[in-house]
Amino acid sequence: METTAKIRAGDVRSASRLIRDLEDKLPGARPRLKQLFQHTGKSFIIGITGAPGAGKSTLTDALIAEFRKQSKTVGVLAVDPTSPFSGGAILGDRIRMLKHTEDEGVFIRSLATRGALGGLSQAAGDAIHVMEAMGKDIILVETVGIGQQELDIIHHAHSVVVVLVPGMGDEIQTMKAGLMEIADVFAINKADRPGAKQLQSELTALLSASSLTPDTWKPPIVGIGNRYEPTLFAQQTAVLAQKIMDHHAHLILCGQLSFRMERQALMEISDALKACILEPVLRKLSESGELQNMTRRVKNRETDPYTEAETIAHRFLTLGEKI
Amino acid sequence: MSARKIRVMVAKPGLDGHDRGARILARFFRDAGFEVIYTGCHQTPEQVASAAIQEDVDLVGLSCLSGAHRILFPRVVELLREKNASDITVIGGGIIPEQDFQMLYDAGIKAIFTPGAPLESIVEWIRNNIKTKE
Amino acid sequence: MYFSDETLKKTQHLTEKWQNEVQKTLQTHPDRKNRFSTVSDLDIKRLYTPEDVKDVDFAKDIGAPGEFPYLRGNQVTGYRGNYWTFRMFSGMGSARDTNARWHMLLREGQTGLSTAFDFPTLMGYDSDSPKALGEVGKCGVAIDTLEDFLELIDKIPLTQVTTSMTINPPATILWAMYCAAAEAKGVPLAKIGGTIQNDMLKEFIAQKTFMCPPEPSVRLISDTIEFGAKHVPRWNTISISGYHIREAGATAVQELAFTLRDGIEYVEDVIRRKKMNVDDFAPRLSFFFNAHIDFFEEVCKLRAARRIWAKVMRDRFGAKNPRSLWMRFHTQTAGCSLTAQQPYNNIIRTTVEALAAVMGGTQSLHTNSLDEVLCLPSESAVEIALRTQQILAEETGVANTIDPLAGSYFIESLTNEIEDKAWEYIHKIDAMGGMIAAIEKGFPQMEIADAAYRFQRQLEANEKIMVGVNKYTTEAQQTVPLVEIDEQVAGEQMKRLQNVRRRRNERAVRQSLTDIRTACKTEVNVMPYCIEAVKNLATLQEICDVYREVYGEYRDPGLY
Repeated sequence: METTAKIRAGDVRSASRLIRDLEDKLPGARPRLKQLFQHTGKSFIIGITGAPGAGKSTLTDALIAEFRKQSKTVGVLAVDPTSPFSGGAILGDRIRMLKHTEDEGVFIRSLATRGALGGLSQAAGDAIHVMEAMGKDIILVETVGIGQQELDIIHHAHSVVVVLVPGMGDEIQTMKAGLMEIADVFAINKADRPGAKQLQSELTALLSASSLTPDTWKPPIVGIGNRYEPTLFAQQTAVLAQKIMDHHAHLILCGQLSFRMERQALMEISDALKACILEPVLRKLSESGELQNMTRRVKNRETDPYTEAETIAHRFLTLGEKI
Repeated sequence: MSARKIRVMVAKPGLDGHDRGARILARFFRDAGFEVIYTGCHQTPEQVASAAIQEDVDLVGLSCLSGAHRILFPRVVELLREKNASDITVIGGGIIPEQDFQMLYDAGIKAIFTPGAPLESIVEWIRNNIKTKE
Repeated sequence: MYFSDETLKKTQHLTEKWQNEVQKTLQTHPDRKNRFSTVSDLDIKRLYTPEDVKDVDFAKDIGAPGEFPYLRGNQVTGYRGNYWTFRMFSGMGSARDTNARWHMLLREGQTGLSTAFDFPTLMGYDSDSPKALGEVGKCGVAIDTLEDFLELIDKIPLTQVTTSMTINPPATILWAMYCAAAEAKGVPLAKIGGTIQNDMLKEFIAQKTFMCPPEPSVRLISDTIEFGAKHVPRWNTISISGYHIREAGATAVQELAFTLRDGIEYVEDVIRRKKMNVDDFAPRLSFFFNAHIDFFEEVCKLRAARRIWAKVMRDRFGAKNPRSLWMRFHTQTAGCSLTAQQPYNNIIRTTVEALAAVMGGTQSLHTNSLDEVLCLPSESAVEIALRTQQILAEETGVANTIDPLAGSYFIESLTNEIEDKAWEYIHKIDAMGGMIAAIEKGFPQMEIADAAYRFQRQLEANEKIMVGVNKYTTEAQQTVPLVEIDEQVAGEQMKRLQNVRRRRNERAVRQSLTDIRTACKTEVNVMPYCIEAVKNLATLQEICDVYREVYGEYRDPGLY
């Protein structure tokens, strides 16, 4: 069976291989993604983000269980940072989701950021599409959400869950770092610990102080307690899942989902244009040695970057030089 | 086009929880530029095989210090074969007496690294023996 | 140690003169390397002088054996009264196989027993559990029911020899089996002696044989401590361990600090939960340390251990009974220092490590066999290991006098340094809210992972040497006879287990499991119900499954 057909039929290996080809930018990958694209756009994409140590993976694991109880199929992208020194990465999130490893309705795929500044590589967006094409009802994208300049997750997810935990010492900082704006639902992990109530009231105060978002959705705050009290834990997880679904329903109801998908499409087109135009141009200039000359000229202040760029633009766009 | 990244998995099948070596290996592989799926200890062979396929790794490194390697390592190879993933290379390490090597090789384990093997040699073996697929 | 001003002045003068000579020599004869450090990376100076110990107060800081701060030992007569116990950790295959090895070791002069269990037993699974696949009897003895246990201790004189059991999550159950076995042989509980390792905090930190989460695990430990204090007075109900912490890659200081802080956590729990007075149970706390290859570091670590614990018990817990202040410990030579390459070299390593343990004043000692990096110890290898202890005891003179290295400028200085650094860690963990809180934050686990990685990188860079591994390597293979555990052991064990299940009174088993469940959910001590259950031939896993059901199963956070 042809690869894209296999992926649509839910074959995990083929899907994982395509994701890998996309990550490694193999030439054969893009045509396959193009074939799959028309089958994307039907999954509910949930982003799970927060500081390291907040317990995101444990929460993701619990949400998977909850959605599986509802007979939904789940895809998970677990993202961890690439080491800036070696280019390698340890991807260890799936340890906390072990009990789902053999569930055929769950596909967990670990991804490295590969240096992406916003926390999600270009390939992460592609990986989401691959999982969508597999027919996954829900796709959970778990990523570290602070220390980034921009938070890519908002461009890919329909609903974003921000996970906080008491006792990290820097909750307020975290909140000011942009997580406040992107959160659709707040989850307070280890809500049975000291400091949880205080965190909750601080958060509530901050939320009421901030201006109303255009679609007037007020991010709810859900506390998740001790996972070794299974009944209560399951109840609280069910509440969290419900709030996320409520948000999804709200997005559909007020047309926000459509708006977000449009915004996402625009971003993807922009990224694709970069890939199709900018990267080949840079490659050509690099291979011919011109890029090095340009660099030298700008460094020595013989010209400026804009003049160089305008010259190139003129060559390719006006004079029609081939990429 | 960027060079193909090598993806490896480090796992401990069975009940043995001594993971000092496995964790050091994970860090070393990361420092060598690999993407390492670290699944920790207390894995069943089924979990190892399932994860390896979901993650599309080039190689699975199994570590076992309890003597259960004779049953567990071949089981992982067998499961990968059953799931049409025998192109995933499996190597092993831990407390493995030399008299067990041939049996493991016959079962499909491609290399065995015992305590004291320089980690760089493991990295080198992987670089030389893993043909990342096109 | 009191030095007169004049002595100190003279010392300074001599040292300066020597320093000048050193600088001159280094011009033409540089040192072998830039940095000299212990295997745990503590810097060691070229020379130690009275200057390094001038603030040490002999009476207060060193003192006499049997006197606070117990730096020189707990026993006033030292090894002249009794040698340390020769206690070889052993277990393999079936209970019968292990019983045979035990009798052999006792015949060869071992003076205490120590039990190694297989992984299914350690993790609370029966031999026929799917999780036991490939593991039965491989690295220790397989015990599923009291019947296995009775075979294990067949013809062992329970009133004359003490038995240590390296068992953690199922410690209540194995101890219950020992108690039930004693009863079956007509030996009163007041007469049996031994140790259960029973230290769960170090499992979360290092060894990873865990079952239930930290808090309920500590509760079960407190149950055993209470039961022991009341009914089994000669039993050490916990062996607070640093061995495994060190094996996972910790430094000597970390081993010491985390072990002692674990001890503090347990003492606090017993006092709080059981409302017991510290003197009622502290005398039966025991410890277990690693004897690694850096000789002096280990001696100093063990001495510092005694002094820190004495201070903790007296000052932090207000203990009044001198026995509460004693730190009694078992030592095992370091498994992680042994090499698979040129395995006969391991005999030398074990010897040096055993010597350090003895110079550090251990109460009990296990010496590793040369082949342990490859398999379970063969008879000939374990005999050499045992003889090592006996030669040290009988021939070398090191047991003639107490704490022979005391007073050395180097030894006292290094002991102080290790103690200071350990206190820093202890206070840090206090500030985090205690050891359980620190474990949840991943603090000790990450410290150990970083130390392990640092050592590995030093090894790869040849900054640290392991002979036969990265220096003096040979192509030639040294073959040692290897012990193999037959896969048949598993089959036979499973048959035995099925047999027991067929014969026993199912109703009685169900009832005792229900009773354990009830005890777990309330503040009632589980031990009497465990003893009842094992007598009814409940299996190890059946009881553990009750714990799992009530308390939940701990999941490794997977820190690397």
